[in-house]
Amino acid sequence: MATTDREEQTGGAQEWRRRYETTPEREGELFSTISGVENEPLYSPENTDLDYERDLGWPGAYPFTRGVYPSMYRGRLWTMRQFAGFGTAEETNARFRYLLEHGQTGLSTAFDMPTLMGYDSDHARSLGEVGREGVAIDSLADMETLFAGIPLGEVSTSMTINGPAAMLLAFYACVGEEQDVPLERLRGTVQTDILKEYIAQKEWIFPPAPSMRLVVDMIEWCAERLPLMHPVSISGYHIREAGSNAAQELAFTLADGFAYVEACLERGLDVDAFAPRLSFFFNAHLDFFEEIAKYRAARRIWARQLRDKYGAQDPRSWLMRFHTQTAGVSLTAQQPEVNLIRTAIEALAAVLGGTQSLHTNSFDEALALPTEHAVRLALRTQQVIAHETGVVNTIDPLGGSYYLEQLTNELERQAYDYFERIEELGGVVPAIEQNFMQREIAEASFRYQSEVERGERVIVGVNRYEQQDEQPVEILRIDPALEQKQIERVQGVRARRDAAAAEAALTRLKEDAAHEDRNLMEPIMAASRAYVTMGEMCDALRDVWGTWRETPVF
Amino acid sequence: MAGKIRVVVAKPGLDGHDRGAKIIARALRDAGMEVIYTGLHQTPEQIVETAIQEDADAVGISILSGAHMTLVPRILELLRENGVEDVVVVVGGTIPDDDADELRKLGVAGVFGPGAPTTEIVDFLKGAVAA
Repeated sequence: MATTDREEQTGGAQEWRRRYETTPEREGELFSTISGVENEPLYSPENTDLDYERDLGWPGAYPFTRGVYPSMYRGRLWTMRQFAGFGTAEETNARFRYLLEHGQTGLSTAFDMPTLMGYDSDHARSLGEVGREGVAIDSLADMETLFAGIPLGEVSTSMTINGPAAMLLAFYACVGEEQDVPLERLRGTVQTDILKEYIAQKEWIFPPAPSMRLVVDMIEWCAERLPLMHPVSISGYHIREAGSNAAQELAFTLADGFAYVEACLERGLDVDAFAPRLSFFFNAHLDFFEEIAKYRAARRIWARQLRDKYGAQDPRSWLMRFHTQTAGVSLTAQQPEVNLIRTAIEALAAVLGGTQSLHTNSFDEALALPTEHAVRLALRTQQVIAHETGVVNTIDPLGGSYYLEQLTNELERQAYDYFERIEELGGVVPAIEQNFMQREIAEASFRYQSEVERGERVIVGVNRYEQQDEQPVEILRIDPALEQKQIERVQGVRARRDAAAAEAALTRLKEDAAHEDRNLMEPIMAASRAYVTMGEMCDALRDVWGTWRETPVF
Repeated sequence: MAGKIRVVVAKPGLDGHDRGAKIIARALRDAGMEVIYTGLHQTPEQIVETAIQEDADAVGISILSGAHMTLVPRILELLRENGVEDVVVVVGGTIPDDDADELRKLGVAGVFGPGAPTTEIVDFLKGAVAA
């Protein structure tokens, strides 16, 4: 009986193929995904490898391909979390309150370049950069201003900070203490993912070994003291923005995740004590199905590796929760309003891929930091998806799509290929030191650019349907006077604090840093309470650990 | 002109967005130019020193940190102070139109925003260096 069905199907497939080939395909544009995965014209049981129980299973159950919770968006929608930060803590505090008033459910902090690189606002390298791409935070005093009037026991806060993540987390915890919120009630995510900095975003301070130690210190400290905080958000977002393709984003992010797991195991931590608090952060690019496949493959790989390779017993250790942001790199400066459409499609992919939280980019972000108007439209995009489209009514509604399942398999296969190559190079850190990922990304990015320039990939408004005489859109301008104001603030903090206490706290931090077996979070907390600045703490650690410099490749 | 065009591709400031710089560096190299890529986080002083040491015909500055109105004028000033008058300076990144006009007034030969094709930049540099 089954054989007959199969034969009929095969006959049908052959007949379809014969008829398909009588019609010429369109020429010029590629049929492969943005990442270069070849697409068949049709997927069917003929060319899809799928074992339902093995590969998909059930929502909230291993291997979590269909989602991490049994009820997904029927139980609770994703967190709409718009990333914000510019100027000084006062301006950003006002933007936070604006977003909370407009229905946003979580906060997400963007820091400026000097903060990301571990420099105070009055450092020579900070000139011209203070408050430009995010908020400038130099000390606990700025963090107090940033969260003024926002009860930390009631919000969850994400902080996009890596090199000085430990200091910023300590500032946040200190604000919690001042608000009388017990540390165990503080909720949120600190990015902390230094590996992807070496690979892609390039905002590092120290060399990989001490950086990894600091990450493990945070994971260990959070497991004991801040159990609701995600101490690391293992990020593919920046890997994609740096020009990688979807498979590289998937593979390098997961490889980084495994590297953190291994570092924690080396420290002697129990995998089930920390793995449930590891979270992830992915990009949502324009190739709709490829993106959805990427999220599903990511969940499946993480679950399999955590259970089978790292021996995690607690199902919460197997499940990958992630935040998603739409692709900044896909936004165009030409006809910027069209970016609203791109972002909506990307956001839809993230939702269909089962994201736990989402940031939608604003349409003006290829030009400048977003205006309030643009940010509101970006948030509204998520609200339309959540409340008007109906895609939330059924869990993993695309599960079982022949195309999607085969693409999920393909991305998973490519990821395992990369894991092997990284392993052959000695692991993630040695691979970084050999520029392996950096080269792979540069290669993919150049290939994509070449395809665009040959017209094989169309970008509306850029290489087709261009428009002359575009109307300029209003952009956000950062007042250059803010830099001076912030410089005066940090200098005021240093002048007012108890100098002896600050000095003592810094001395202790340096001493503890020199001893590898000491967790640095408590000394960093102590220094924060003494209003030692982030730059001073980083300088102290630079003295002990040195700094990182990459060999540039292109 | 005789010999290959020598271009320093430079990343001033603190931002680590090097996708554009690397694509341009490679496109210029593929177009037959001699390309020196400085790597990230360069100070204006370091960039000017590299330009002088490498006897560059052109300097391409890639910047996405919003600090262009501080760092680019500083690079131009340092080039002049060091008596380097004949180097073609071009800038790429997210530069608002008003700022681009201002930079051209200060002596930047070309400003290229997001989406500019690499071929346009190659042709521009060939023309500007030959002139």
